[in-house]
Amino acid sequence: MTAPAIELKGISKAFGPVQANKDISISVQPGTIHGIIGENGAGKSTLMSILYGFYKADRGEIWINGNKTEIPDSQAAIAAGIGMVFQHFKLVENFTVLENVILGAEDGGLLRPSLAKARKALKALAAEYELNVDPDARIDEIGVGMQQRVEILKALYRQADILILDEPTGVLTPSEADQLFRILDRLRSEGKTILLITHKMREIMEYTDTVSVMRRGQMTATVKTKDSSPEELAELMVGRKVLLRVDKVPAQPGAPILEIEGLRVVDDAGVERVKGIDLTVRAGEILGIAGVAGNGQSELMEVLGGMTVGTGSVRLHGNPLPLSGLGADGRSRRAAHIGHVPEDRQSEGLIMDFHAWENVAFGYHRSPEYQKGLLMDNAAVRADTEAKMAKFDVRPPDPWLAAKNFSGGNQQKIVVAREIERNPDLLLIGQPTRGVDIGAIEFIHKQIVALRDQGKAILLVSVELEEILSLSDRVAVMFDGQIMGERPADQTDEKALGLMMAGVAGEAA
Amino acid sequence: MDFLTLVQVLDSTVRLSTPLLLACLAGLFSERAGIFDIGLEGKMLIAAFFSAAVAALTGNVWLGLLSGIASSLVLAGLHGLASITFRGNQLISGVAINFLAAGITVLIAQDWFQQGGRTPSLIGGGRFAPVELPFAIGASEAEAAGRPLSQLLAEASPLQQVYSELISGHSILVYLSFLAVPLTAWVLFGTRFGLRLRAVGENPAAVDTAGISVVGLRFAAVGICGVLCGIAGAYLATALQAGFVKEMTAGRGFIALAALIFAKWRPWHALSACLLFGLLQALALRFQSINIAGVSVPVQLMEALPYILTVVILAGFVGKAVPPKAGGEPYVKER
Repeated sequence: MTAPAIELKGISKAFGPVQANKDISISVQPGTIHGIIGENGAGKSTLMSILYGFYKADRGEIWINGNKTEIPDSQAAIAAGIGMVFQHFKLVENFTVLENVILGAEDGGLLRPSLAKARKALKALAAEYELNVDPDARIDEIGVGMQQRVEILKALYRQADILILDEPTGVLTPSEADQLFRILDRLRSEGKTILLITHKMREIMEYTDTVSVMRRGQMTATVKTKDSSPEELAELMVGRKVLLRVDKVPAQPGAPILEIEGLRVVDDAGVERVKGIDLTVRAGEILGIAGVAGNGQSELMEVLGGMTVGTGSVRLHGNPLPLSGLGADGRSRRAAHIGHVPEDRQSEGLIMDFHAWENVAFGYHRSPEYQKGLLMDNAAVRADTEAKMAKFDVRPPDPWLAAKNFSGGNQQKIVVAREIERNPDLLLIGQPTRGVDIGAIEFIHKQIVALRDQGKAILLVSVELEEILSLSDRVAVMFDGQIMGERPADQTDEKALGLMMAGVAGEAA
Repeated sequence: MDFLTLVQVLDSTVRLSTPLLLACLAGLFSERAGIFDIGLEGKMLIAAFFSAAVAALTGNVWLGLLSGIASSLVLAGLHGLASITFRGNQLISGVAINFLAAGITVLIAQDWFQQGGRTPSLIGGGRFAPVELPFAIGASEAEAAGRPLSQLLAEASPLQQVYSELISGHSILVYLSFLAVPLTAWVLFGTRFGLRLRAVGENPAAVDTAGISVVGLRFAAVGICGVLCGIAGAYLATALQAGFVKEMTAGRGFIALAALIFAKWRPWHALSACLLFGLLQALALRFQSINIAGVSVPVQLMEALPYILTVVILAGFVGKAVPPKAGGEPYVKER
């Protein structure tokens, strides 16, 4: 048996009091795709950052191809044949593909010969791995799928034999993701070793040879993928049995609550983001908006939430909702019984440095039950916060803790509790489970379905197709500011939606 | 305005553009690497003082120049320490440097020379002498002919006037600063260092993951900025004028910043912007008011024009000025 491509022995790393990685050992065979799955904050990224020389492990050894290797910085990792494709690409946007590829791997003081050499090498790599990219295109002119290829090319140009990909499909359409996995498959057959970090069960099951599960900084298991099952892996991740499907009865749609006609939003740069869309959300149903990030979903949520202005007609219970000027703000929207869980909880849903109880009051701080004469009744807010925390199982249940000190899932629970507990007629909810661990996802999904079953209307925006499909009753796909098509959730699948997400009109799909 | 007057205004434009150009290129290196620098003014000022002071004490202008550069480098290092090593606010650090320079120069000048915060007038080897190019009419020709230089020039052919007034007769630093433009363009766009420098100003994380030191690159950029500001300051005190006087930079560091925005952080455009702003200064210096199509334009307007133009550019009326994306933000490895 050949030596493992990567062998980690007893890696530990602490950030202050937080033990991010605890005595982790793992062995990866060359020429395989090895998945690493775990909840947010389980320590996956920290482990990979140690392997790439971003952090130094407190203890433990790294062995590459049978040799003990010190990786004090990224330079050493590159020299050891390790390439990394980060979740957020590390590309210089106003550089060309070629310039990005040679950055840090130039051949001499002058650029011209380096560029010429890289151009040739890129051609060879493109032929070998079907990685076609225009070398002279600027990064900000090409799509995310292409940008990711550039990241892979960067690693290959540096002669990487081991490729680490951190959540590589988060920003891709399903068809782009398929292309990516075809490339990875090709790389594997050429003998490269691939570490795939993801939280998507489907990717693990379909593409990996072996999979390691991490929980709370520890490696809980490494198994052959074909000998395992999603249920088993989920249990290993969370430490208890998890319901992967959303359990819900068929919707009983009632009267239209929200009616949108010809809605348009132009952003600050003068670009039209929402290009005249029509949508209706009925009482007792969840309308899911699918789409790759940046196709106007955010602007749609913002204009409905009163955070930006737009034109067109939006009616709530048949009454027009102002889209600009007086009455087009968050306060008026809340007065109209619209709850809003913004897409980015850390910048729009919470003030990270403020206490949990202060965050629970935001938006509803004028509510009569929070008042005492001319002042706010802070004790009442704190009591209310404690009640909400208990009901939503926020951990730790401490109203005095700053929002930033909760985990992503618990932060989201605070926001969701604040909005749902007001019993809104319409709930706008964006990326409800982004950066939220599986256990909390299950809980939040249950709350949304429960609200629906009370006869409320819910407009859900998510870039996670799985979430859209399992949670929604109807699905609309947004592409380039337009609705490409609408489908009942139980009569469509990822493939059909994926086509629409890539801009193929719904009728043709 | 006769032809010779025009040539003389242009000549003065070149002289006045030089410090702007050096400071502008200094800022270009720093800001392209992602370090905003509003301390150009302070670095020029301290270099102006130390170059004049050392030149006055030693009688050697080259020693003056070196001291000017060294003093400017010290302030650049301070800015680097504050904004790169300790990840402080770059604007605050820049403001602090400007105040520090304004105070400390006068304080030391008073202590060393007791002339009310100025240095003695520089004479002989204490100043950069004009470089007279071959065949140009200069001071030596005037002496040989026994007539004033202005008379000789007035009688010369237009071509000779342009050559002698505009092209010849500047200090070595003027020629150096104009050469710095193609040199900067070449370094930025033709070398590995330039590629990395531009990258670190746009996305330091890309540089870091490529295995290159972000801190090292940024300090190099700030260092180059210090050297160029040092030359700019030394030029003010030992070439343009003969000695240091309080606050002698008179906002040139800020005009250079304006020119940098006007040029959208590009070397050749920096040259045009600095020449334009230098021309405005030259016109303001020579005329009390200017008639344009029957309307008398007060000189103050000419002096304010660089700032007004910059606001217009920033407001996006003449194309958008997009600064380096990572500018002003200290780099912190994400967790």
